[in-house]
Amino acid sequence: MQQAVALTASPVPKAKFRPGDPIFAGLARASGIFVLLLLGSLILSLFIGAIPALRKFGAGFLVSATWDPVHEVFGAGVSIYGTVMTSILAMILAVPLAFGIAFYLTELAPEWLKRPVGIAVELLAAVPSIIYGMWGFFVIVPIMSQYVEPTLIDTFDGIPVLQDMLAGPPFGTGIFTAALVLTVMVVPFIAATMRDVFETVPPVFKESAYGVGCTTWEVMRSIVIPYTRVSVVGGIMLGFGRALGETMAVTFVIGNSDHISASLFSSGNTIASIVALEFPESPAGSLKLSSLLALGFILFVISFIVLAISRTLLRPKLKV
Amino acid sequence: MSASTSSAGAVFGGAIPGGTIPGPAKDPAVARALGRRRARFNVMVKGLCVAATVVGLVLLGSILLTLIWRGAAGLSLTVFTHTTKPPGSEGGLLNAIVGTLIQTAIGTVVGTPIGLLVGTYLAEYGRSSPLANAVRFVSDVLLSAPSILIGLFVYQLAVEPFGGFSGIAGCIALAVIVIPIVVRTTEDMLRLITPALREAAIGLGAPKWKVIVLICYRAALNGIATGVLLAVARIAGETAPLLFTSLGNLNWSVSLRQPMASLPVTIYQYAGSAFEDWVQLAWVGALLITFGVLAINIAARLVLRPGK
Repeated sequence: MQQAVALTASPVPKAKFRPGDPIFAGLARASGIFVLLLLGSLILSLFIGAIPALRKFGAGFLVSATWDPVHEVFGAGVSIYGTVMTSILAMILAVPLAFGIAFYLTELAPEWLKRPVGIAVELLAAVPSIIYGMWGFFVIVPIMSQYVEPTLIDTFDGIPVLQDMLAGPPFGTGIFTAALVLTVMVVPFIAATMRDVFETVPPVFKESAYGVGCTTWEVMRSIVIPYTRVSVVGGIMLGFGRALGETMAVTFVIGNSDHISASLFSSGNTIASIVALEFPESPAGSLKLSSLLALGFILFVISFIVLAISRTLLRPKLKV
Repeated sequence: MSASTSSAGAVFGGAIPGGTIPGPAKDPAVARALGRRRARFNVMVKGLCVAATVVGLVLLGSILLTLIWRGAAGLSLTVFTHTTKPPGSEGGLLNAIVGTLIQTAIGTVVGTPIGLLVGTYLAEYGRSSPLANAVRFVSDVLLSAPSILIGLFVYQLAVEPFGGFSGIAGCIALAVIVIPIVVRTTEDMLRLITPALREAAIGLGAPKWKVIVLICYRAALNGIATGVLLAVARIAGETAPLLFTSLGNLNWSVSLRQPMASLPVTIYQYAGSAFEDWVQLAWVGALLITFGVLAINIAARLVLRPGK
């Protein structure tokens, strides 16, 4: 009875206009659009900066191996070669290593070890890249120049292709060392992604394979890998994208030279390293600065393609 | 593949009572040999995987030990009380440490709210609309884009037009890196919240923005804090985006309009120099930044733990 009185006593109030909702929704939406604009302006600013160089050198910029600041002739050939070469070499070394770690973490490690080892791998991924550069320069380079490179040069001397690939003075710096340091950098990324992907395999699948007598490796090869193949490739591409754009770790150890040589031990350049090294000597508005921005634009296009592929492959299985 | 099918047949061949298995009879000796081969191969692969993990751990250990060994030698109070000085005179890293703290703090403070709003948009408003998918894609690209390109971008945006390198430009570059990290964790965490919680709040008549700000953010607080901490750890160690924006400064300066020092850039300048005391200071800086970054990372994991 009292309730009824209360209900009749207070008539339904008119819907008040609440400004909170549209304002908040608008803010959120505007931030989303802001992110779109951010990437858009990033592309645009690199492209606009690159126009003078691209106009001067045309499409030949992409393949020209000349980098001559004195005569103001610039080409991207050497740095594109160095970027792609170091990254591919790094992937060749990193993928098996990362696969091994991911396999160990998902299938082999005892329960009490999984978390600490997993965290160690993630911490390795968190170390700033300049530290990898210093470590490479002061630890890896001496080892390379004193032991690894002389041994490899002597061992493969006389074998047709290899003697050209592994030749030259063993300075310790160069494409190969850069690839090694990149390997150490990308292994934790790829391993962590692969582990997450492997863990999406439904246990029933694995258990049934174990049930018919498969060994651990056979379960991996016939169940886990086929199930996760696409995402594994996505994870590898993610690591590849990182390797392509890595700056500090490479700058320390690549030796910085403007020539392409058949030998992996020779010095070289990557897009990121040449931008980092030459930028301080490039006055605003100069053709050199424009060429560096053109290099940046090329690097963006390459890594954009790689990242887009990686994301398309990873997205369905893993929220990456 | 043929090895595993034939041996699987061999395993069952003798064991099924009264039944016959089609195909040629299995030779038990061959089957046993195959089984041994499979087991051996399995052990070998397992061994290689353990070896790969050991290599990974050794590398982490090598990096940390090198840092401690080289860095601890130069660790003294002057590092924290003196600014960078010419080689030969007793210098420290005070301006670099302060510069890193300032730029990291401003970068985080600027980038976090934007990232938070974008993550909110993706999880609560846009969901799988075309615009939201585009934003998500772009944010993912930004997350993995080479950081040196962000440096070049901010150079074009905030250095060249304003006639000089500045701490502000460095902060902008770092904020651009923070945004996608916060977007990712915010969206993921908001999506984990059960609809029942939202429905309960909506049922009480709360407007949507209040539900998000007062209920969802609070429920996702741990995860969002983790994301922010990881972002801090990431930008504190970034070098490439600062090279062209805040440039580095060998003198004491806390003005955002002037070039500003930072630990990573100072390490970069010092490590490549020919002066022994500068290289030593670079190692000290490297030790500080690495253990700082790793400590934040571990803290971030501790924050997340109660939620998981």
